[in-house]
Amino acid sequence: MTDGGATIDGWACPMPLRDQPNIVMGHGGGGKLSAELIEHLFLPAFRNEHLEGLADASVLDLPPGKIAISTDSFVVRPRIFPGGNIGELAINGTVNDVAMAGADPKFISVAMILEEGMPIDELAWLVQSMAKAAETAGVQLVTGDTKVVDRGHGDGVYINTTGIGILRDGVDIHPRNVQPGDAVLVNGTIGDHGMAIMSVREGLEFESTIRSDTAALNHLVAALLDAGLEVRAMRDPTRGGLAATLNEFAAAAGVGVVVDERSLPVDRAVASACEMLGMDPFYVANEGKVVVVVPDDQADRALDVMHANELGEGAVRIGEIVADHPGLVVARTAIGATRVVDTQVGEQLPRIC
Amino acid sequence: MKYLDEYRDPELARKLFDEIDRIATREWVLMEVCGGQTHSIIRNGIDKLLTDKIELVHGPGCPVCVTPLDTIDQALAIAARDDVIFCSFGDMLRVPGSTQDLFQVKGDGGDVRVVYSPLDAVKIARENPDKQVVFFGIGFETTAPANAMSVYQAKQMGLQNFSMLVSHVLVPPAIRAVLNSPVNRVQAFLAAGHVCSVMGFSEYVPIVEEHQVPIVVTGFEPLDVLEGIRKTVAQLEEGRAEAENAYTRAVNFEGNKAAQKLIEDVFKTTDRNWRGIGMIPGSGWELSDRYVDFDAAVRFDVGDIDTQEPEICRSGEVLQGLIKPNECEAFGKECTPRKPLGATMVSSEGACAAYYTYGRFVEIEGVRS
Repeated sequence: MTDGGATIDGWACPMPLRDQPNIVMGHGGGGKLSAELIEHLFLPAFRNEHLEGLADASVLDLPPGKIAISTDSFVVRPRIFPGGNIGELAINGTVNDVAMAGADPKFISVAMILEEGMPIDELAWLVQSMAKAAETAGVQLVTGDTKVVDRGHGDGVYINTTGIGILRDGVDIHPRNVQPGDAVLVNGTIGDHGMAIMSVREGLEFESTIRSDTAALNHLVAALLDAGLEVRAMRDPTRGGLAATLNEFAAAAGVGVVVDERSLPVDRAVASACEMLGMDPFYVANEGKVVVVVPDDQADRALDVMHANELGEGAVRIGEIVADHPGLVVARTAIGATRVVDTQVGEQLPRIC
Repeated sequence: MKYLDEYRDPELARKLFDEIDRIATREWVLMEVCGGQTHSIIRNGIDKLLTDKIELVHGPGCPVCVTPLDTIDQALAIAARDDVIFCSFGDMLRVPGSTQDLFQVKGDGGDVRVVYSPLDAVKIARENPDKQVVFFGIGFETTAPANAMSVYQAKQMGLQNFSMLVSHVLVPPAIRAVLNSPVNRVQAFLAAGHVCSVMGFSEYVPIVEEHQVPIVVTGFEPLDVLEGIRKTVAQLEEGRAEAENAYTRAVNFEGNKAAQKLIEDVFKTTDRNWRGIGMIPGSGWELSDRYVDFDAAVRFDVGDIDTQEPEICRSGEVLQGLIKPNECEAFGKECTPRKPLGATMVSSEGACAAYYTYGRFVEIEGVRS
């Protein structure tokens, strides 16, 4: 099985599961089949001290102070796409949401809703991929659940994850904290994930394969905080894209945001695909990007820190926070005029011509 | 990006803005015919940087916007059928019919699919022999060759389960309709570049001669639009009225002969209702007699659906360039992209949607524009 080029080596379906190539209702029934799935598929991938004994609840030791918690559900179709898969996305997405509060993600729960007929070897592969993503992010899976729904009532697998992170002392990162004069930074090209999904979902072929940017951003965030930077707000621009995130900042803090359109980093293939379909990368989803707002005089240092991280090599300054036009995001266009960048109503629709 | 960045150069744009300002000695009213041009003008803020002497009026060239309400209602009726897979370009899905839109039909269980080419719909028909596959064939001359090709291919393959709901519209009759209107203010036209890449621009010569108005074939990037405006203003100032080409990298005088031949085979000219504007004689294409078996309106017997526009919507006046979108009382109030009264608020090419999306409902202070 591939994720658009790469393969996970050494994977073979465990013996007891081989007679049953697909998920059946019994895998969610709490009986022998459920137990086999847990023992031979989930446990080997996620094994840690919290899962030993398979109690109803895990008991966690947390340091005194604040924690951050976030939950998200993942229903992406197709399940495997260039640059990632639904399992990896489910780990990275929740890790990122926790990290955006300035917390260090430590624990994660995973609940899966499987559709009857889902191939077990694909499930096992997705679980391996999740385990790998969790390891990269440095989070432990501490509790989980599996349910099976009738064929036709799901899309193979839906995954819900909840993450818990430990908040650093004195850290207060929130969109309401952004102030006029602050700089707005992003860690790399925008629109990669959304266009990667669209290209496989619709069978579109562009000049090169567009890969999802799914990645866990917590180490990048930790590096920014370790450097003592005064991060005012952070957000990962997922659904609704960069436009939605910047509008959230503007609304939450009652400030204006000005973005220079020419400074927006957009991959060539993504830009071409967007042009062809009449879409605006401003509104396309990302899964490995973070918008960071810091005081203007710390912007260069923040960029240096990001550039030193693998996920921040393409970091750039894209704009600033202003006192004018509170609640509005304004873009300086390519030819030097201005326009308002609103959030959109629904999904972007490919145009007719 | 190659072939795009070159046409967005701010220095060259500045020179063109200055040149237009220099040659314009009085006020002129220009209409950009195509919604793609309107979108580019508003998105890039071209109208804000352009000299006040030039007024740009947004024309009717948004295919989604002018598709008549009864055609949308026919589409909704067909799409709701259990035996139908209804295929459409994406931006038709949110266009309001009289009671719902295609998204709602999809939500209610209709099999509505977004495709990127009508040929994809033919493929879906081949793969689903037990279903009727209907493609929503709308658009100006630009989309006609691919639409014609899909019907042609379906006939060649003997596909019994493919049909098309056709509501094609044509640019030259629309330009004539604007010119013949007793309230017309438009003194020259930027013709739609992509339409002309198919049809050429020979068909504009008779209009230019009859009405003595300059018509300049114009592209879509900022520098394309500015060059079109510059050529148009030069003609007006010099008292010339010619069909001229400012989009030579895509358009020639005769157009794409092979495409025209196919269109001539598959379609025939018909009178067409334009949403918000009304009937324009000879302004549309329907399937020719040779292909009438592929007409979805006939196959599903929805031809007698006939519905009226909400009275509050002034999209007709917007499409004729009589008012700007934000001059409509409902703009941004009763009518938003979330709850559009008319199609001009829906399509990415619609003038109302462009005004709303790029914030022309507020005056931005403190930002140089």
